[in-house]
Amino acid sequence: MKKMKLVMVGNGMAGVRTLEELLKISPDLYDITVFGAESHANYNRIMLSPVLAGEQTIQDIMLNDVDWYAQNGITLHLGKKITKIDRQRRTVETEDGMVAEYDRLLLATGSNPVMLPVPGGELDGVVSFRDIRDVDAMLEASARYKHAVVIGGGLLGLEAANGLMLRGMDVTVVHLAPWLMERQLDQTAARMLQKNLEARGLKFLLEKQTEQLVGKNSRVVAVRFKDGQEILADLVVMAVGIRPNVALAESAGIHCNRGVAVNDTMQTYDPRIYAVGECVAHRGVSYGLVAPLFEMAKVCANHLALLGYGRYVGSTVSTKLKVTGIDLFSAGDFSGAEGAEEIVLSDPVGGVYKKLVIRDNKLEGAVLYGDTADGAWYFQLLREGRCIGAIRDHLMFGQANIGTGGHQGQTHAAAMSDEMEVCGCNGISKGTIVKAIKEKGLFTIEDVRKHTKASSSCGSCSGLVEQILASTLGGDYSAAPAAKSMCGCTEHTHEEVRAAIREHKLLSIPDTMKFMEWRTPNGCASCRPALNYYLISTWPKEAADDPQSRFINERAHANIQKDGTFSVVPRMWGGLTNAGELRRIADVADKYQVPMIRVTGGQRIDLFGIKKEDLPRVWADLDMPSGYAYGKALRTVKTCVGSEFCRFGTQNSTRMGIDLEKTFWKMWAPHKVKLAVSGCPRNCAEAAIKDVGIIGVDSGWEIHIAGNGGIKTEVAQFFAKVKTAEEVLEYSGAFLQLYREEARYLDRTVHWVQRVGLDYVKARVVDDAENRKALYERLLFALQDTQDPWSEMAAAPARKEFEVISA
Amino acid sequence: MTDWLKICTLDEIPQLGSRVVESRHGRIALFRTDGDEVFALEDRCPHKGGHLSQGIVCGKHVTCPMHGWNIALQEGRAVAPDEGGTVTFPAKVEAGVVFIRV
Repeated sequence: MKKMKLVMVGNGMAGVRTLEELLKISPDLYDITVFGAESHANYNRIMLSPVLAGEQTIQDIMLNDVDWYAQNGITLHLGKKITKIDRQRRTVETEDGMVAEYDRLLLATGSNPVMLPVPGGELDGVVSFRDIRDVDAMLEASARYKHAVVIGGGLLGLEAANGLMLRGMDVTVVHLAPWLMERQLDQTAARMLQKNLEARGLKFLLEKQTEQLVGKNSRVVAVRFKDGQEILADLVVMAVGIRPNVALAESAGIHCNRGVAVNDTMQTYDPRIYAVGECVAHRGVSYGLVAPLFEMAKVCANHLALLGYGRYVGSTVSTKLKVTGIDLFSAGDFSGAEGAEEIVLSDPVGGVYKKLVIRDNKLEGAVLYGDTADGAWYFQLLREGRCIGAIRDHLMFGQANIGTGGHQGQTHAAAMSDEMEVCGCNGISKGTIVKAIKEKGLFTIEDVRKHTKASSSCGSCSGLVEQILASTLGGDYSAAPAAKSMCGCTEHTHEEVRAAIREHKLLSIPDTMKFMEWRTPNGCASCRPALNYYLISTWPKEAADDPQSRFINERAHANIQKDGTFSVVPRMWGGLTNAGELRRIADVADKYQVPMIRVTGGQRIDLFGIKKEDLPRVWADLDMPSGYAYGKALRTVKTCVGSEFCRFGTQNSTRMGIDLEKTFWKMWAPHKVKLAVSGCPRNCAEAAIKDVGIIGVDSGWEIHIAGNGGIKTEVAQFFAKVKTAEEVLEYSGAFLQLYREEARYLDRTVHWVQRVGLDYVKARVVDDAENRKALYERLLFALQDTQDPWSEMAAAPARKEFEVISA
Repeated sequence: MTDWLKICTLDEIPQLGSRVVESRHGRIALFRTDGDEVFALEDRCPHKGGHLSQGIVCGKHVTCPMHGWNIALQEGRAVAPDEGGTVTFPAKVEAGVVFIRV
């Protein structure tokens, strides 16, 4: 088959990223030709500031060198500017008359710096800060001249000014607004920044309007302002903004609205022509930061590959100033419009200022100066629109103060040395991560996970990894979009899939995948178990449970160990056992030569090292119910002795625990579920770190929910106080059923409650008696008549799953 | 090269599932896709030796249950960016019977 022709106009980060994504998923679909107006291959434009400042070289910031294009069979034309698109003939033409045909055209023309229309703008020594040529011009000027004036006190202007100052020039920053970076900073933070920069030697002229650039022998010598003041200038850098480069698209009659107008699939008005990057206007918004551009690239590549999925729906962006030694972060809207509440921490002498803007219990904006360690965390809260009501008191003091710090309490990536371990699960040090980010050109936390495995296991170090990513890239990085799809197999979120299963009564995985237009024939190891759970929890007794879509532990009803053997935990109701059970356990241990017997933290006994083929016989010999220690299911109900024997006990906690366990066992859930019952507030059963923790008091029972003793310790929150054991069962069951129906697969109760808010859960379960009863009944219905998997399988004639074939 | 060995009937392997075969070359994982193709691989993940036979099968890949590496059933190679491979053995289905050559 003849390949289609793809022509890309522009050779910048967004465009080349699109090609990279395209080559990953469909390497052979197109003959690709790239026209770049610059004479360099693809480099990291956001790192021009460190190059100017002498902290990095051009070589350091190259992303794809010329060899990369050759290796991927891409025809590259450098220094060739496309000046014409003929949409009828489907050709593009360069300035010097070269013509290329296309089947698909990708516009990635970027943006142009805005040059002030003042007299003298054409003089030598007047430059913008946009590409390598500009940097070269500035470096040359810094070697020969003294006085530099930067017009524009925004992000780019300040970075340029800092670089020129480090190159030995005397630099004045001229700004029209009353304070610096007025779009990213409030006045207080801007003043602190200005003071810091002044201390380093920069000069500032605020609220100054430039009237004219004064020249002598065709080179600029001074800048004159509207108020008559004049200052010396051998070099003038215009950094007053960028404007999408739409000239080419407009000349071809493609609809533009400030930028090249594109839809959610990055197509322009002409469906054969796509556009990505700074040149586009998506839903009326143009972006100049790398994160949104890469999101666009991904979507565009999928459509170019004819896969027809993925939509770009806009981005929330954050900003970080790349001036070494200055920590500045801002995100969202912090203008403090009506209805917004502000929390401010101001320590001008200590050089720290933080402002958080909150609206309707959600973080709406954040400005951090001096201490930006929590920037990534605030940005995450902001993007996810998380309810912050419960952590509002501590919000200002950062992530470390809400008990979710990383290992060894590390929360400040910047303060860590290269040897220090970031990911305790996979043994990945900070240095390894930084190296991978630099050498492999990683931009997202997903990239880092794939290449280094850091934060890919338990995920507790994700925040740290994100910080390292942000600090290594110096500027903005590609943060994950807020509404995440279930996995790479679908664009739908967990919630959307669940709703479809419920509303359209989907009863099998193939039906669900077909209905939701799954991209892969049978999903992946991440979405299949989730779908299986959603089906059986939404349609108990109707949807088919698919063993092949369950992780091996749930398929084999035992826990796989690193050597391929399994461990077996029989159920001991409420932690109680008897001589008969213990005798049978001892006999099994002898008969199957069990190498290790452990008492678990959940008041049960774990037999290790059982061969898979022995499992059915072990279960038959034990003659005890399954402990479900292997499942996303009700695990253990831990109890203390309680009022029967304990002199402090106020309630019969053991009995309560057994009742809870006998009612809810065999319950599958989004993740494992652990319960505990203590007979008095001394809480010997550690009920405060369980998914549901019951604490007996003299007048009844307190129910606490959403605790967690795992990766990050979370203390359970008070949920309700009830009088009777029946009420304990009903309230706990209704809470668990709500969790079963609404949480995402692999959410522990704490994650789900943090997302939806305790108030919501209380409203549905505690305040609404009718709904509580309905939830509880749905749970009992789902559990009714289910069989103990061990006795079922032990009785069944030799299950093939457990047999080994000899050859 | 040795002869084809008869192992089992196709329906003794679940679709999107596997069986373990004990051979003179050690444990072999025998997979069946949803298109009824069969593949035989050494039952050993190139990462840390996990039993691939216990993984979840999707398309023509299996996900190792130990640390989630994806291995291509056809070539036995780990999916990038992971690197490594596991030994594969020829496998075929004839008249509903599964054969492998070791």
